[in-house]
Amino acid sequence: MLRINRSGIWAIYRTEMQRTLRTVWQSIATPVITTALYFIVFGGAIGSRMQQVGGVDYGAFIVPGLMMLTILTQSISNASIGIYFPKFTGTIFEILSAPLSAFEAVLAYVGAAATKSVAIGLIILLTATFFVKVEILHPFWMVAFLLITSIAFSLFGFIIGIWAKNFEQLAMVPSLVVTPLTFLGGAFYSIDMLPEPWRTVSLFNPVVYLVSGFRWSFYGVGDVSVAASLGFMTGFMALCLALLWWMFRTGYRLKP
Amino acid sequence: MPSILSISGVEKHYNSGLSALGGVDLEVERGEIFALLGPNGAGKTTLISIVCGTVTMTSGTVLVDGHDIVKDFRAARATIGLVPQEIAIDIFATVWNTVRFSRGLFGRAPDPAYIEQLLRDLSLWEKRDSKIIELSGGMKRRVMIAKALSHEPDLLFLDEPTAGVDVNLRRDMWALVRKLRDKGVTIVLTTHYIEEAEEMADRVGVIDKGRILLVEDTAALMEKLGKRRLKLVLQHAMATIPAELADWPLELQAGGSQLLYTFDANAEGTGIPALLRRLGELGIDFKDLDTERSSLEDIFISLVERS
Repeated sequence: MLRINRSGIWAIYRTEMQRTLRTVWQSIATPVITTALYFIVFGGAIGSRMQQVGGVDYGAFIVPGLMMLTILTQSISNASIGIYFPKFTGTIFEILSAPLSAFEAVLAYVGAAATKSVAIGLIILLTATFFVKVEILHPFWMVAFLLITSIAFSLFGFIIGIWAKNFEQLAMVPSLVVTPLTFLGGAFYSIDMLPEPWRTVSLFNPVVYLVSGFRWSFYGVGDVSVAASLGFMTGFMALCLALLWWMFRTGYRLKP
Repeated sequence: MPSILSISGVEKHYNSGLSALGGVDLEVERGEIFALLGPNGAGKTTLISIVCGTVTMTSGTVLVDGHDIVKDFRAARATIGLVPQEIAIDIFATVWNTVRFSRGLFGRAPDPAYIEQLLRDLSLWEKRDSKIIELSGGMKRRVMIAKALSHEPDLLFLDEPTAGVDVNLRRDMWALVRKLRDKGVTIVLTTHYIEEAEEMADRVGVIDKGRILLVEDTAALMEKLGKRRLKLVLQHAMATIPAELADWPLELQAGGSQLLYTFDANAEGTGIPALLRRLGELGIDFKDLDTERSSLEDIFISLVERS
Protein backbone atom coordinates (compact mmCIF):
# COMPACT_ATOMS: atom_id res chain seq x y z
CA MET A 1 0.00 0.00 0.00
CA LEU A 2 1.16 3.51 -0.66
CA ARG A 3 3.35 4.87 2.14
CA ILE A 4 3.16 8.51 1.15
CA ASN A 5 0.27 9.75 -0.94
CA ARG A 6 2.39 11.78 -3.37
CA SER A 7 -0.35 12.12 -5.93
CA GLY A 8 -2.70 13.41 -3.22
CA ILE A 9 -0.20 16.06 -2.13
CA TRP A 10 0.35 17.05 -5.75
CA ALA A 11 -3.40 17.22 -6.44
CA ILE A 12 -3.93 19.74 -3.63
CA TYR A 13 -0.76 21.71 -4.38
CA ARG A 14 -1.63 21.96 -8.05
CA THR A 15 -5.22 22.99 -7.38
CA GLU A 16 -4.08 25.66 -4.92
CA MET A 17 -1.56 26.99 -7.42
CA GLN A 18 -4.23 27.02 -10.14
CA ARG A 19 -6.39 29.06 -7.81
CA THR A 20 -3.54 31.59 -7.68
CA LEU A 21 -2.94 31.50 -11.41
CA ARG A 22 -6.61 32.27 -12.09
CA THR A 23 -5.87 35.70 -10.65
CA VAL A 24 -2.23 35.85 -11.74
CA TRP A 25 -2.31 39.46 -12.91
CA GLN A 26 -3.84 40.60 -9.70
CA SER A 27 -1.28 38.49 -7.82
CA ILE A 28 1.60 40.20 -9.59
CA ALA A 29 0.18 43.68 -10.05
CA THR A 30 -0.76 44.18 -6.40
CA PRO A 31 2.76 43.74 -4.95
CA VAL A 32 4.34 45.66 -7.83
CA ILE A 33 2.05 48.65 -7.43
CA THR A 34 2.23 48.60 -3.63
CA THR A 35 6.02 48.44 -3.71
CA ALA A 36 6.21 51.27 -6.21
CA LEU A 37 3.95 53.40 -3.99
CA TYR A 38 6.10 52.76 -0.93
CA PHE A 39 9.21 53.78 -2.82
CA ILE A 40 7.63 56.93 -4.12
CA VAL A 41 6.34 57.96 -0.69
CA PHE A 42 8.97 56.61 1.71
CA GLY A 43 11.95 56.37 -0.59
CA GLY A 44 11.42 59.45 -2.71
CA ALA A 45 9.43 61.96 -0.67
CA ILE A 46 10.48 61.15 2.88
CA GLY A 47 13.75 59.37 2.22
CA SER A 48 15.26 62.37 0.43
CA ARG A 49 15.03 64.30 3.71
CA MET A 50 16.56 61.44 5.72
CA GLN A 51 20.14 60.54 6.33
CA GLN A 52 21.48 57.08 5.87
CA VAL A 53 20.34 54.47 8.37
CA GLY A 54 23.20 52.33 9.67
CA GLY A 55 25.34 53.25 6.68
CA VAL A 56 22.62 52.31 4.17
CA ASP A 57 20.60 54.69 2.00
CA TYR A 58 17.08 54.96 3.35
CA GLY A 59 15.50 53.77 0.08
CA ALA A 60 17.60 50.61 0.11
CA PHE A 61 17.17 50.25 3.87
CA ILE A 62 13.40 49.71 3.61
CA VAL A 63 13.59 46.98 0.91
CA PRO A 64 13.95 44.00 3.31
CA GLY A 65 11.27 45.38 5.64
CA LEU A 66 8.92 45.93 2.75
CA MET A 67 9.44 42.38 1.52
CA MET A 68 8.80 41.00 5.01
CA LEU A 69 5.66 43.11 5.43
CA THR A 70 4.17 41.69 2.24
CA ILE A 71 5.37 38.12 2.83
CA LEU A 72 3.82 38.03 6.31
CA THR A 73 0.44 39.32 5.24
CA GLN A 74 0.36 37.29 2.02
CA SER A 75 1.42 34.04 3.71
CA ILE A 76 -1.20 34.41 6.39
CA SER A 77 -4.03 35.40 4.07
CA ASN A 78 -3.24 32.78 1.40
CA ALA A 79 -2.84 29.87 3.77
CA SER A 80 -5.80 30.83 5.95
CA ILE A 81 -8.18 31.22 2.99
CA GLY A 82 -6.79 28.03 1.44
CA ILE A 83 -8.10 25.95 4.32
CA TYR A 84 -10.94 28.17 5.58
CA PHE A 85 -12.74 28.26 2.24
CA PRO A 86 -13.12 24.46 1.90
CA LYS A 87 -14.31 24.43 5.50
CA PHE A 88 -16.84 27.18 4.73
CA THR A 89 -18.17 25.59 1.51
CA GLY A 90 -18.08 22.02 2.84
CA THR A 91 -15.62 20.73 0.23
CA ILE A 92 -13.27 19.85 3.09
CA PHE A 93 -15.16 16.56 3.45
CA GLU A 94 -13.22 15.25 0.49
CA ILE A 95 -9.85 16.11 2.02
CA LEU A 96 -10.86 14.57 5.35
CA SER A 97 -12.10 11.37 3.70
CA ALA A 98 -9.03 10.97 1.48
CA PRO A 99 -6.18 8.56 2.21
CA LEU A 100 -4.04 11.53 3.16
CA SER A 101 -2.30 12.09 6.50
CA ALA A 102 -2.49 15.40 8.34
CA PHE A 103 1.17 15.98 7.57
CA GLU A 104 0.58 15.48 3.84
CA ALA A 105 -2.40 17.85 3.84
CA VAL A 106 -0.38 20.53 5.63
CA LEU A 107 2.55 20.01 3.29
CA ALA A 108 0.33 20.56 0.25
CA TYR A 109 -1.61 23.60 1.51
CA VAL A 110 1.28 25.30 3.28
CA GLY A 111 3.65 24.45 0.44
CA ALA A 112 1.35 26.16 -2.05
CA ALA A 113 0.88 29.26 0.13
CA ALA A 114 4.63 29.50 0.82
CA THR A 115 5.44 29.14 -2.88
CA LYS A 116 3.24 32.10 -3.65
CA SER A 117 4.81 34.15 -0.85
CA VAL A 118 8.33 33.45 -2.08
CA ALA A 119 7.30 34.43 -5.61
CA ILE A 120 5.75 37.68 -4.39
CA GLY A 121 8.85 38.42 -2.29
CA LEU A 122 11.03 38.03 -5.35
CA ILE A 123 8.72 40.22 -7.43
CA ILE A 124 9.03 42.97 -4.82
CA LEU A 125 12.80 42.62 -4.81
CA LEU A 126 12.85 42.89 -8.58
CA THR A 127 10.59 45.96 -8.50
CA ALA A 128 12.81 47.56 -5.85
CA THR A 129 15.89 47.27 -8.06
CA PHE A 130 14.23 49.71 -10.46
CA PHE A 131 14.12 52.37 -7.74
CA VAL A 132 17.17 51.81 -5.59
CA LYS A 133 20.49 50.01 -5.64
CA VAL A 134 20.03 46.81 -3.65
CA GLU A 135 22.99 44.81 -2.40
CA ILE A 136 22.75 41.30 -1.03
CA LEU A 137 25.79 40.48 1.09
CA HIS A 138 24.62 37.05 2.23
CA PRO A 139 22.50 35.58 -0.60
CA PHE A 140 22.27 32.15 1.03
CA TRP A 141 20.88 33.59 4.25
CA MET A 142 18.61 35.91 2.29
CA VAL A 143 17.00 32.91 0.57
CA ALA A 144 16.95 30.98 3.85
CA PHE A 145 15.14 33.79 5.69
CA LEU A 146 12.75 34.20 2.77
CA LEU A 147 11.89 30.49 2.79
CA ILE A 148 11.65 30.09 6.55
CA THR A 149 9.46 33.17 6.93
CA SER A 150 7.16 32.12 4.10
CA ILE A 151 6.76 28.63 5.51
CA ALA A 152 6.41 29.67 9.15
CA PHE A 153 3.75 32.29 8.45
CA SER A 154 1.91 30.05 6.01
CA LEU A 155 1.72 27.53 8.86
CA PHE A 156 0.44 30.29 11.11
CA GLY A 157 -2.13 31.27 8.48
CA PHE A 158 -3.22 27.65 8.13
CA ILE A 159 -3.83 27.53 11.89
CA ILE A 160 -5.91 30.72 11.71
CA GLY A 161 -7.89 29.20 8.83
CA ILE A 162 -8.74 26.15 10.93
CA TRP A 163 -9.45 28.22 14.02
CA ALA A 164 -11.67 30.84 12.35
CA LYS A 165 -15.39 30.25 12.61
CA ASN A 166 -16.37 33.13 10.33
CA PHE A 167 -14.89 35.67 7.94
CA GLU A 168 -14.60 38.25 10.70
CA GLN A 169 -12.28 36.04 12.72
CA LEU A 170 -10.39 35.21 9.56
CA ALA A 171 -9.62 38.87 8.95
CA MET A 172 -9.13 39.73 12.61
CA VAL A 173 -5.66 38.31 13.26
CA PRO A 174 -4.01 39.71 10.11
CA SER A 175 -5.48 43.19 10.48
CA LEU A 176 -5.50 43.62 14.26
CA VAL A 177 -2.30 41.79 15.15
CA VAL A 178 0.01 41.27 12.22
CA THR A 179 -0.19 44.63 10.46
CA PRO A 180 0.47 46.70 13.66
CA LEU A 181 3.32 44.42 14.67
CA THR A 182 4.87 44.71 11.23
CA PHE A 183 4.65 48.50 11.12
CA LEU A 184 6.11 48.69 14.63
CA GLY A 185 8.65 45.98 13.80
CA GLY A 186 11.23 48.22 12.22
CA ALA A 187 10.21 47.70 8.61
CA PHE A 188 10.70 51.40 7.87
CA TYR A 189 13.15 52.42 10.59
CA SER A 190 15.84 51.02 12.84
CA ILE A 191 14.57 50.44 16.35
CA ASP A 192 17.73 52.22 17.52
CA MET A 193 15.99 55.40 16.33
CA LEU A 194 13.26 54.91 18.96
CA PRO A 195 13.42 56.58 22.39
CA GLU A 196 13.32 54.43 25.51
CA PRO A 197 11.13 52.71 26.70
CA TRP A 198 9.84 52.00 23.17
CA ARG A 199 13.15 50.54 22.09
CA THR A 200 12.98 47.91 24.84
CA VAL A 201 9.28 47.30 24.24
CA SER A 202 10.08 46.66 20.57
CA LEU A 203 12.33 43.77 21.55
CA PHE A 204 9.15 41.89 22.53
CA ASN A 205 7.79 42.30 19.01
CA PRO A 206 8.51 39.09 17.07
CA VAL A 207 8.53 40.91 13.74
CA VAL A 208 11.61 42.90 14.84
CA TYR A 209 13.60 39.65 14.75
CA LEU A 210 12.36 38.73 11.30
CA VAL A 211 13.04 42.13 9.73
CA SER A 212 16.39 42.46 11.48
CA GLY A 213 17.67 39.06 10.38
CA PHE A 214 16.47 39.63 6.86
CA ARG A 215 18.04 43.08 6.67
CA TRP A 216 21.31 41.62 7.97
CA SER A 217 21.34 39.18 5.03
CA PHE A 218 21.16 42.20 2.70
CA TYR A 219 23.42 44.81 4.30
CA GLY A 220 25.21 43.06 7.14
CA VAL A 221 23.54 45.27 9.74
CA GLY A 222 20.61 44.39 12.02
CA ASP A 223 18.92 45.59 15.18
CA VAL A 224 19.37 42.25 16.94
CA SER A 225 21.87 39.42 16.45
CA VAL A 226 21.38 36.97 13.60
CA ALA A 227 21.39 34.09 16.06
CA ALA A 228 18.46 35.67 17.90
CA SER A 229 16.60 36.08 14.59
CA LEU A 230 17.18 32.49 13.54
CA GLY A 231 16.36 31.19 17.02
CA PHE A 232 13.11 33.09 17.03
CA MET A 233 12.10 31.86 13.55
CA THR A 234 12.82 28.24 14.41
CA GLY A 235 10.96 28.51 17.68
CA PHE A 236 7.95 30.09 16.00
CA MET A 237 7.84 27.39 13.34
CA ALA A 238 8.11 24.63 15.95
CA LEU A 239 5.25 26.20 17.90
CA CYS A 240 3.05 26.32 14.78
CA LEU A 241 3.84 22.70 13.94
CA ALA A 242 3.04 21.56 17.49
CA LEU A 243 -0.26 23.44 17.42
CA LEU A 244 -1.19 21.94 14.05
CA TRP A 245 -0.27 18.46 15.21
CA TRP A 246 -2.61 18.91 18.16
CA MET A 247 -5.38 20.31 15.93
CA PHE A 248 -5.33 17.32 13.60
CA ARG A 249 -4.98 14.86 16.45
CA THR A 250 -8.06 16.14 18.20
CA GLY A 251 -9.95 17.02 15.01
CA TYR A 252 -10.21 20.57 16.39
CA ARG A 253 -12.83 22.50 14.36
CA LEU A 254 -12.24 20.12 11.46
CA LYS A 255 -14.11 16.99 12.49
CA PRO A 256 -16.98 16.68 14.93
CA MET B 1 -11.94 -12.82 2.27
CA PRO B 2 -13.02 -10.38 5.01
CA SER B 3 -16.41 -8.74 4.57
CA ILE B 4 -16.23 -5.41 2.79
CA LEU B 5 -17.53 -3.47 5.78
CA SER B 6 -17.55 -4.62 9.36
CA ILE B 7 -18.80 -2.25 12.05
CA SER B 8 -18.73 -3.31 15.70
CA GLY B 9 -19.73 -1.46 18.82
CA VAL B 10 -19.54 1.97 17.21
CA GLU B 11 -20.70 4.78 19.48
CA LYS B 12 -20.75 8.50 18.91
CA HIS B 13 -21.42 10.96 21.70
CA TYR B 14 -21.00 14.66 21.02
CA ASN B 15 -19.52 17.03 23.58
CA SER B 16 -22.92 18.70 23.76
CA GLY B 17 -24.20 15.50 25.36
CA LEU B 18 -26.08 14.43 22.25
CA SER B 19 -25.75 10.74 21.60
CA ALA B 20 -25.87 10.07 17.86
CA LEU B 21 -24.95 6.38 17.84
CA GLY B 22 -25.32 3.97 20.73
CA GLY B 23 -23.44 0.81 19.86
CA VAL B 24 -23.90 -0.08 16.20
CA ASP B 25 -22.93 -3.50 14.81
CA LEU B 26 -23.29 -4.09 11.09
CA GLU B 27 -21.78 -6.34 8.44
CA VAL B 28 -22.11 -5.46 4.76
CA GLU B 29 -21.48 -8.26 2.30
CA ARG B 30 -19.20 -7.89 -0.67
CA GLY B 31 -21.04 -6.94 -3.85
CA GLU B 32 -24.44 -6.23 -2.34
CA ILE B 33 -26.63 -3.15 -2.38
CA PHE B 34 -27.41 -2.32 1.21
CA ALA B 35 -30.03 0.25 2.13
CA LEU B 36 -29.94 2.02 5.46
CA LEU B 37 -33.37 3.29 6.38
CA GLY B 38 -34.25 5.56 9.21
CA PRO B 39 -36.06 8.81 10.05
CA ASN B 40 -34.21 12.13 10.14
CA GLY B 41 -31.73 12.23 12.99
CA ALA B 42 -31.59 8.43 13.27
CA GLY B 43 -27.80 8.39 12.83
CA LYS B 44 -27.52 7.28 9.18
CA THR B 45 -25.26 10.11 8.07
CA THR B 46 -23.22 9.97 11.27
CA LEU B 47 -22.55 6.28 10.69
CA ILE B 48 -21.49 6.84 7.08
CA SER B 49 -19.35 9.83 8.09
CA ILE B 50 -17.51 7.76 10.68
CA VAL B 51 -16.72 5.02 8.17
CA CYS B 52 -15.49 7.63 5.65
CA GLY B 53 -13.37 9.48 8.18
CA THR B 54 -15.14 12.84 8.34
CA VAL B 55 -16.46 12.24 11.86
CA THR B 56 -14.43 10.74 14.71
CA MET B 57 -16.14 7.92 16.61
CA THR B 58 -16.20 7.86 20.40
CA SER B 59 -15.56 4.11 20.58
CA GLY B 60 -15.84 0.98 18.48
CA THR B 61 -14.10 -0.64 15.53
CA VAL B 62 -14.68 -0.31 11.80
CA LEU B 63 -12.96 -2.53 9.24
CA VAL B 64 -13.17 -1.74 5.53
CA ASP B 65 -12.08 -4.71 3.45
CA GLY B 66 -10.23 -5.92 6.55
CA HIS B 67 -8.43 -2.60 7.13
CA ASP B 68 -8.98 -0.73 10.39
CA ILE B 69 -10.18 2.79 9.53
CA VAL B 70 -7.98 4.33 12.22
CA LYS B 71 -4.78 2.26 12.22
CA ASP B 72 -4.75 1.55 8.51
CA PHE B 73 -6.67 4.57 7.27
CA ARG B 74 -4.86 4.81 3.94
CA ALA B 75 -5.86 1.37 2.73
CA ALA B 76 -9.37 1.71 4.18
CA ARG B 77 -10.10 5.11 2.66
CA ALA B 78 -8.59 4.29 -0.73
CA THR B 79 -11.32 1.62 -0.97
CA ILE B 80 -14.19 4.03 -0.27
CA GLY B 81 -16.11 6.48 -2.42
CA LEU B 82 -18.53 8.90 -0.78
CA VAL B 83 -21.36 10.92 -2.28
CA PRO B 84 -22.55 13.14 0.58
CA GLN B 85 -26.05 14.49 0.97
CA GLU B 86 -25.05 18.11 0.40
CA ILE B 87 -23.48 19.28 -2.83
CA ALA B 88 -20.00 20.60 -2.03
CA ILE B 89 -17.60 21.26 -4.91
CA ASP B 90 -15.18 24.09 -5.64
CA ILE B 91 -17.51 26.18 -7.80
CA PHE B 92 -14.70 27.81 -9.81
CA ALA B 93 -13.15 24.50 -10.92
CA THR B 94 -14.10 22.82 -14.18
CA VAL B 95 -15.82 19.44 -14.24
CA TRP B 96 -12.76 17.72 -15.66
CA ASN B 97 -10.34 19.32 -13.20
CA THR B 98 -12.39 18.58 -10.12
CA VAL B 99 -12.84 14.92 -11.07
CA ARG B 100 -9.16 14.57 -11.92
CA PHE B 101 -8.35 16.23 -8.58
CA SER B 102 -10.40 13.65 -6.68
CA ARG B 103 -8.63 10.77 -8.39
CA GLY B 104 -5.21 12.22 -7.54
CA LEU B 105 -6.27 12.99 -3.98
CA PHE B 106 -7.12 9.35 -3.45
CA GLY B 107 -3.66 8.31 -4.58
CA ARG B 108 -4.47 6.94 -8.02
CA ALA B 109 -2.32 7.50 -11.11
CA PRO B 110 -3.97 9.68 -13.79
CA ASP B 111 -6.24 7.76 -16.21
CA PRO B 112 -7.90 10.14 -18.70
CA ALA B 113 -9.62 7.27 -20.51
CA TYR B 114 -11.32 6.10 -17.33
CA ILE B 115 -12.44 9.62 -16.42
CA GLU B 116 -13.76 10.16 -19.94
CA GLN B 117 -15.86 7.00 -19.69
CA LEU B 118 -17.08 8.01 -16.24
CA LEU B 119 -18.15 11.45 -17.47
CA ARG B 120 -19.88 9.89 -20.48
CA ASP B 121 -21.76 7.43 -18.25
CA LEU B 122 -22.99 10.33 -16.17
CA SER B 123 -23.88 12.51 -19.22
CA LEU B 124 -21.22 15.01 -18.17
CA TRP B 125 -18.84 14.68 -21.09
CA GLU B 126 -20.27 17.69 -22.96
CA LYS B 127 -19.86 19.75 -19.81
CA ARG B 128 -16.29 18.71 -19.03
CA ASP B 129 -14.86 22.20 -19.54
CA SER B 130 -17.71 24.02 -17.80
CA LYS B 131 -17.18 25.53 -14.40
CA ILE B 132 -19.24 24.02 -11.60
CA ILE B 133 -20.91 27.39 -10.96
CA GLU B 134 -22.45 27.23 -14.47
CA LEU B 135 -24.11 23.84 -13.89
CA SER B 136 -27.66 23.05 -12.75
CA GLY B 137 -28.30 21.37 -9.42
CA GLY B 138 -28.79 17.98 -11.05
CA MET B 139 -25.56 18.32 -13.02
CA LYS B 140 -23.68 19.27 -9.85
CA ARG B 141 -24.96 16.11 -8.22
CA ARG B 142 -23.71 14.09 -11.19
CA VAL B 143 -20.31 15.70 -10.67
CA MET B 144 -20.39 14.64 -7.01
CA ILE B 145 -20.98 11.06 -8.13
CA ALA B 146 -18.19 11.27 -10.71
CA LYS B 147 -15.80 12.54 -8.03
CA ALA B 148 -16.74 9.69 -5.69
CA LEU B 149 -16.15 7.13 -8.47
CA SER B 150 -13.01 8.79 -9.83
CA HIS B 151 -10.65 6.51 -7.92
CA GLU B 152 -12.57 3.30 -8.70
CA PRO B 153 -13.70 2.50 -5.15
CA ASP B 154 -14.85 -0.99 -4.10
CA LEU B 155 -17.30 0.42 -1.58
CA LEU B 156 -19.56 3.31 -2.51
CA PHE B 157 -21.64 5.30 -0.03
CA LEU B 158 -24.62 7.23 -1.35
CA ASP B 159 -26.13 9.46 1.33
CA GLU B 160 -29.71 10.30 0.33
CA PRO B 161 -28.77 10.11 -3.36
CA THR B 162 -32.22 10.84 -4.75
CA ALA B 163 -33.38 13.56 -2.36
CA GLY B 164 -34.46 16.51 -4.52
CA VAL B 165 -33.42 14.85 -7.76
CA ASP B 166 -35.54 14.79 -10.92
CA VAL B 167 -36.86 11.65 -12.59
CA ASN B 168 -34.16 11.49 -15.29
CA LEU B 169 -31.27 11.73 -12.90
CA ARG B 170 -32.86 9.25 -10.54
CA ARG B 171 -33.29 6.75 -13.36
CA ASP B 172 -29.69 7.29 -14.54
CA MET B 173 -28.43 6.95 -11.02
CA TRP B 174 -30.14 3.62 -10.46
CA ALA B 175 -28.88 2.36 -13.81
CA LEU B 176 -25.39 3.34 -12.75
CA VAL B 177 -25.79 1.67 -9.35
CA ARG B 178 -26.82 -1.58 -11.04
CA LYS B 179 -23.91 -1.34 -13.45
CA LEU B 180 -21.50 -0.78 -10.57
CA ARG B 181 -22.93 -3.71 -8.67
CA ASP B 182 -22.42 -5.89 -11.74
CA LYS B 183 -18.76 -4.84 -11.67
CA GLY B 184 -18.53 -6.02 -8.07
CA VAL B 185 -18.80 -2.66 -6.30
CA THR B 186 -20.59 -2.78 -2.96
CA ILE B 187 -23.11 0.01 -2.45
CA VAL B 188 -24.43 1.34 0.82
CA LEU B 189 -27.16 3.92 0.48
CA THR B 190 -29.51 5.82 2.69
CA THR B 191 -32.83 6.91 1.32
CA HIS B 192 -36.16 8.42 2.19
CA TYR B 193 -37.76 6.73 -0.79
CA ILE B 194 -38.61 3.42 0.73
CA GLU B 195 -39.94 2.02 -2.55
CA GLU B 196 -36.44 2.44 -3.92
CA ALA B 197 -34.84 0.50 -1.11
CA GLU B 198 -37.49 -2.14 -1.66
CA GLU B 199 -36.79 -2.23 -5.37
CA MET B 200 -33.02 -1.77 -5.37
CA ALA B 201 -31.55 -3.15 -2.18
CA ASP B 202 -30.53 -6.74 -1.56
CA ARG B 203 -30.67 -6.11 2.14
CA VAL B 204 -32.18 -3.46 4.34
CA GLY B 205 -31.05 -2.19 7.71
CA VAL B 206 -33.38 -0.11 9.82
CA ILE B 207 -31.78 2.40 12.16
CA ASP B 208 -33.45 4.66 14.70
CA LYS B 209 -32.15 6.73 17.60
CA GLY B 210 -28.62 5.55 16.90
CA ARG B 211 -29.41 1.84 17.03
CA ILE B 212 -29.83 -0.77 14.34
CA LEU B 213 -33.28 -2.27 14.81
CA LEU B 214 -33.00 -5.00 12.21
CA VAL B 215 -31.03 -6.16 9.20
CA GLU B 216 -32.79 -8.46 6.77
CA ASP B 217 -32.92 -9.56 3.15
CA THR B 218 -35.39 -7.23 1.51
CA ALA B 219 -37.46 -10.12 0.15
CA ALA B 220 -37.40 -12.05 3.42
CA LEU B 221 -38.38 -8.94 5.32
CA MET B 222 -41.33 -8.36 3.07
CA GLU B 223 -42.39 -11.94 3.50
CA LYS B 224 -41.86 -12.07 7.23
CA LEU B 225 -43.53 -8.86 8.13
CA GLY B 226 -45.70 -8.49 5.07
CA LYS B 227 -49.37 -8.13 5.82
CA ARG B 228 -52.02 -8.13 3.15
CA ARG B 229 -55.21 -6.23 3.20
CA LEU B 230 -58.55 -6.84 1.59
CA LYS B 231 -60.67 -3.77 1.05
CA LEU B 232 -64.37 -4.13 0.34
CA VAL B 233 -66.36 -1.16 -0.91
CA LEU B 234 -69.88 -1.69 0.40
CA GLN B 235 -73.12 -1.08 -1.43
CA HIS B 236 -74.70 0.38 1.68
CA ALA B 237 -72.74 2.01 4.48
CA MET B 238 -73.06 0.40 7.90
CA ALA B 239 -72.74 1.94 11.36
CA THR B 240 -71.18 -1.01 13.19
CA ILE B 241 -69.65 -4.34 12.28
CA PRO B 242 -72.25 -7.11 12.86
CA ALA B 243 -71.45 -9.54 15.69
CA GLU B 244 -71.64 -12.44 13.23
CA LEU B 245 -68.34 -11.21 11.72
CA ALA B 246 -66.40 -11.22 15.03
CA ASP B 247 -64.19 -14.09 13.82
CA TRP B 248 -62.39 -11.75 11.39
CA PRO B 249 -60.38 -8.70 12.46
CA LEU B 250 -62.29 -6.08 10.51
CA GLU B 251 -62.29 -2.32 10.45
CA LEU B 252 -64.83 0.11 9.10
CA GLN B 253 -63.50 2.97 7.03
CA ALA B 254 -64.70 5.95 5.02
CA GLY B 255 -67.76 6.58 7.16
CA GLY B 256 -68.80 2.92 7.19
CA SER B 257 -68.75 2.50 3.41
CA GLN B 258 -65.56 0.40 3.35
CA LEU B 259 -64.66 -2.74 5.19
CA LEU B 260 -60.97 -3.48 5.71
CA TYR B 261 -59.70 -6.97 6.47
CA THR B 262 -55.99 -7.37 7.36
CA PHE B 263 -54.52 -10.86 7.14
CA ASP B 264 -51.15 -12.56 7.27
CA ALA B 265 -49.95 -13.32 3.77
CA ASN B 266 -47.95 -16.29 4.96
CA ALA B 267 -50.69 -18.02 6.96
CA GLU B 268 -52.14 -21.36 5.84
CA GLY B 269 -55.55 -20.01 5.01
CA THR B 270 -56.37 -16.42 4.33
CA GLY B 271 -59.88 -16.63 5.65
CA ILE B 272 -61.17 -14.74 2.63
CA PRO B 273 -63.53 -17.38 1.14
CA ALA B 274 -65.20 -17.90 4.51
CA LEU B 275 -65.53 -14.17 5.03
CA LEU B 276 -67.11 -13.65 1.63
CA ARG B 277 -69.55 -16.53 2.21
CA ARG B 278 -70.58 -15.12 5.59
CA LEU B 279 -71.12 -11.69 4.04
CA GLY B 280 -73.37 -13.30 1.46
CA GLU B 281 -75.37 -15.07 4.15
CA LEU B 282 -75.80 -11.77 6.00
CA GLY B 283 -76.93 -10.03 2.83
CA ILE B 284 -74.09 -7.50 2.87
CA ASP B 285 -73.40 -6.53 -0.73
CA PHE B 286 -70.19 -4.98 -1.97
CA LYS B 287 -69.51 -3.30 -5.31
CA ASP B 288 -65.74 -3.47 -5.45
CA LEU B 289 -62.82 -5.24 -3.80
CA ASP B 290 -59.11 -4.71 -3.73
CA THR B 291 -56.16 -6.40 -2.04
CA GLU B 292 -52.81 -4.84 -1.29
CA ARG B 293 -49.54 -5.87 0.27
CA SER B 294 -48.05 -3.71 2.98
CA SER B 295 -45.01 -1.80 1.79
CA LEU B 296 -41.62 -1.49 3.39
CA GLU B 297 -42.85 1.89 4.53
CA ASP B 298 -45.56 0.35 6.70
CA ILE B 299 -43.05 -2.14 8.08
CA PHE B 300 -40.64 0.63 8.76
CA ILE B 301 -43.18 2.82 10.51
CA SER B 302 -44.38 -0.02 12.70
CA LEU B 303 -40.78 -0.89 13.65
CA VAL B 304 -39.89 2.66 14.51
CA GLU B 305 -43.05 3.11 16.54
CA ARG B 306 -42.31 -0.03 18.50
CA SER B 307 -38.74 0.99 19.31
